Amino acid sequence: MAETREFQVFRGDRSGGKMETYPVEVTPGMVVLDAMHRIQATAAPDMAVRWNCKAAKCGSCSAEVNGKPKLMCKTRLDALPADRPVEVRPLRTFPLIRDLVTDVSWNYEVNKKIPPFTPKPGAVWRWKQEDVDRVQEFRKCIECFLCQTVCHVLRDHQKQPVFNGPRFFVRLASLEMHPMDGLDRLEQIKEKSGLGYCNITKCCTEVCPEDIRITDNAIIPLKERVVDRFYDPIRVLFRKIFGSASLTKPE
Amino acid sequence: MPDKYETHDCDVLVIGAGGAGLRAAIESSAMGAKTALVCKSLLGKAHTVMAEGGIAAALANVDEEDDWRVHFHDTMAGGKMLNNWRMAELHAKEAPERVLELERWGAVFDRTRDGRILQRAFGGHRHKRLSHVGDRTGLEMIRTLQDKGVHQGIDVYMECTITRLLMDGGRVVGAFGYWRESGRFVVFRSKATVLATGGFGKAYPVTSNSWEYTGDGHGLAYRAGAELIDMEFVQFHPTGMVWPPGVKGLLVTEAVRGEGGILRNSKGERFMFKYLPEANRKDFAADEAEATRWVESVLADSKPDGRRPPELSTRDNVARAIYTEVKEGRGSPHGGAFLDISYQPADRVKKKLPSMYHQFLELADVDITKVPMEVGPTCHYAMGGVRVDADTCVTTVPGLFAAGEVAGGMHGSNRLGGNSLSDLIVFGCRAGRGAAESAKTASRPTGSLDRQIDEAAAEVNAPFGRTTGEHPYALHSELQEIMGSCVGIFRTESDLKEGIRRLEALGPKVRNVRVEGSRMYNPGWHLALDLGNLMVISEAIARSALARPESRGAHSRLDHPNYDPHFATVNNCVKQNDTGGMTVRETPLPKMSDELRKVYDEVEAMSLPAKA
Ligand code: SF4
Ligand code: SF4
Ligand code: FES
Repeated sequence: MAETREFQVFRGDRSGGKMETYPVEVTPGMVVLDAMHRIQATAAPDMAVRWNCKAAKCGSCSAEVNGKPKLMCKTRLDALPADRPVEVRPLRTFPLIRDLVTDVSWNYEVNKKIPPFTPKPGAVWRWKQEDVDRVQEFRKCIECFLCQTVCHVLRDHQKQPVFNGPRFFVRLASLEMHPMDGLDRLEQIKEKSGLGYCNITKCCTEVCPEDIRITDNAIIPLKERVVDRFYDPIRVLFRKIFGSASLTKPE
Repeated sequence: MPDKYETHDCDVLVIGAGGAGLRAAIESSAMGAKTALVCKSLLGKAHTVMAEGGIAAALANVDEEDDWRVHFHDTMAGGKMLNNWRMAELHAKEAPERVLELERWGAVFDRTRDGRILQRAFGGHRHKRLSHVGDRTGLEMIRTLQDKGVHQGIDVYMECTITRLLMDGGRVVGAFGYWRESGRFVVFRSKATVLATGGFGKAYPVTSNSWEYTGDGHGLAYRAGAELIDMEFVQFHPTGMVWPPGVKGLLVTEAVRGEGGILRNSKGERFMFKYLPEANRKDFAADEAEATRWVESVLADSKPDGRRPPELSTRDNVARAIYTEVKEGRGSPHGGAFLDISYQPADRVKKKLPSMYHQFLELADVDITKVPMEVGPTCHYAMGGVRVDADTCVTTVPGLFAAGEVAGGMHGSNRLGGNSLSDLIVFGCRAGRGAAESAKTASRPTGSLDRQIDEAAAEVNAPFGRTTGEHPYALHSELQEIMGSCVGIFRTESDLKEGIRRLEALGPKVRNVRVEGSRMYNPGWHLALDLGNLMVISEAIARSALARPESRGAHSRLDHPNYDPHFATVNNCVKQNDTGGMTVRETPLPKMSDELRKVYDEVEAMSLPAKA
């Protein structure tokens, strides 16, 4: 006998909606996205779900599963408590389109405002693997925007107009630490990115499906570089607050 | 009263925003053409992100002996000489420049010890040729092109599906589509249009492809009167996951074998030795000892000692080998073969194959640094596609261009791993240039497009009005079942005829598909519309396969297991006829220039030395 589990999925749009219950027959190794597909194929063919790769590589299928931001294609059912229904909701931080699909276009607007990679004049394109290990860590980002969803500055304080969010601190760090990038980015990072709003709660790092150490490796070093450049005397104080361990240079 | 729609004017319209589409749009806009880029998903989610292993380009950073001639040779040999030789030539010559250009645009490839772009071995490539970033090379390419593109003034239209090309006197002058979010209609008026829509793996039940891969560009081009070639050649990647059921077909990168992964059956036999084709057995290790020496040299980051392991045979060959082992009762518990990399240091495996490590750990509870993976064939890539001119990528229909997987010819009967990402940037660039050039002299349509637009709108609305008819999901499963069982990895005349008969019976049901709900972000409706394209390509694959009674590359006929010299000289060409039916005819293979023939023969004669 196949096991059946109950799912509660948000159905609705900007005008309102509610949680609908669907029983789903489960098979071994099944993930939440499999269950959503099964619901589409059997009970609700028009249920809106965004996905592409079903391999945790594209970052399309982000949703809130039992209240936690997750990639649905990477969330195994056997890792969720069996004694209650699985709750699936759209990301709360972004405007709803329909069912599990939200409007994430704001993120694309932020990205457009970040000056692109600009090679140093006369760059010699040779570098050591060790010099790019960290940049490669940042470039693993699949733009799932789970970190954006969970960050309280966006989620609870709606600072979208002035705060780029952890995803784009990762992007800024990947440019700032790229051995061949020739642009001076610190002024922009200090004035335009809203980095100062981040109070290093590390919630973003916890949800990153690519295990990017967003706070330790991107945000703190960026803050440190800004401090170094613009407020050197304060650096001492900064160290006291956040501890020197977290301030070690990326190299 | 037909629905209202918005209209956008551009010089060049690019449909699809994977590697080829992005590269085309960048080139076209760099040439001053007003460029619109349309994609079914969000930007940066295209199937290209799933490409893992690398980009083939004869940079000769690791194996100094490599150059474009050898790459050209390997590509033609892999395609069993059915490739468009001019495409293979341009590809081999231009790939290095395109890769270096990615680096200039910010891509961060893995490095050699002396700081250059590192290259790894892959099936069918004589030298270590694949520039890569761990096993997420496609993502690196997409992100690099995306960031370059959005800062270059390309207008990007996300989550928009094109359902029809608009014609004016035999020329493509735009496209009709709908926004996935709202279901509203949109019309693009263009002077030149580039198809970069990728492939059609979703016609098969077990595939590594994402939902987007429904043969849209193939279908659009076909209905606009373009020719499709080589449609019988569908690549089954030898290594997809076989368990758990939800991820069956998910790709296991060839890089696992490039890094030394060993294939064994349930009896522990390293079976690939016995499946090496006589013709190129000389390029491979003679025994386990030689293969081990080769792997040790890879691990030591030094010059290859000995010849490549047999696991690095071409994909068609490895896929058939695994299929045969399983069929003859020597499969793994879940019906695959064992692929083992666990004999290497765990740290190295995690560094070189990080996404594979996580993929197996998280989805299958398998730690690949400790135990072997289970793998089996999965539908992966379409060699066949729209016929194009090699230099400009123009199709046989004026105003219409194609690049990347949707275009046919480059890979002949079988594509080598790594030659896809390079194909995307080489021909994406050329298509963008070709389209921008042609847009300069093209004029706006003379007649009104209203009738075509009304027709297109009625067509996409129709599934809502039906009270009878089946649901799209059921029809899609039926289509996949037909393709998997009748037009799969091994084919026979009777199966193919049965497949065609069943597809013909499915046709009226697909035309009568019924959809519930509204037009707002409705996946059932989206699938219903994609089914039309899947039907076109499925019929084209089955008919082309029937019209090639021989085995070559990815096309294996059990009833005709050998090469037939006649079929070495022709491509099957599919076209819509005047009555709306499908015609398949043979067209002569373009004749290779004497100069290139000489290049090929010279490389062929240089066999790799077996060091004792
Ligand atoms: S560490 Fe900063 S960016 Fe990350 S969630 Fe907390 S406040 Fe947001
Ligand atoms: S940094 Fe991590 S959590 Fe944030 S968007 Fe990228 S992959 Fe997702
Ligand atoms: S579908 Fe691509 S990350 Fe889940």
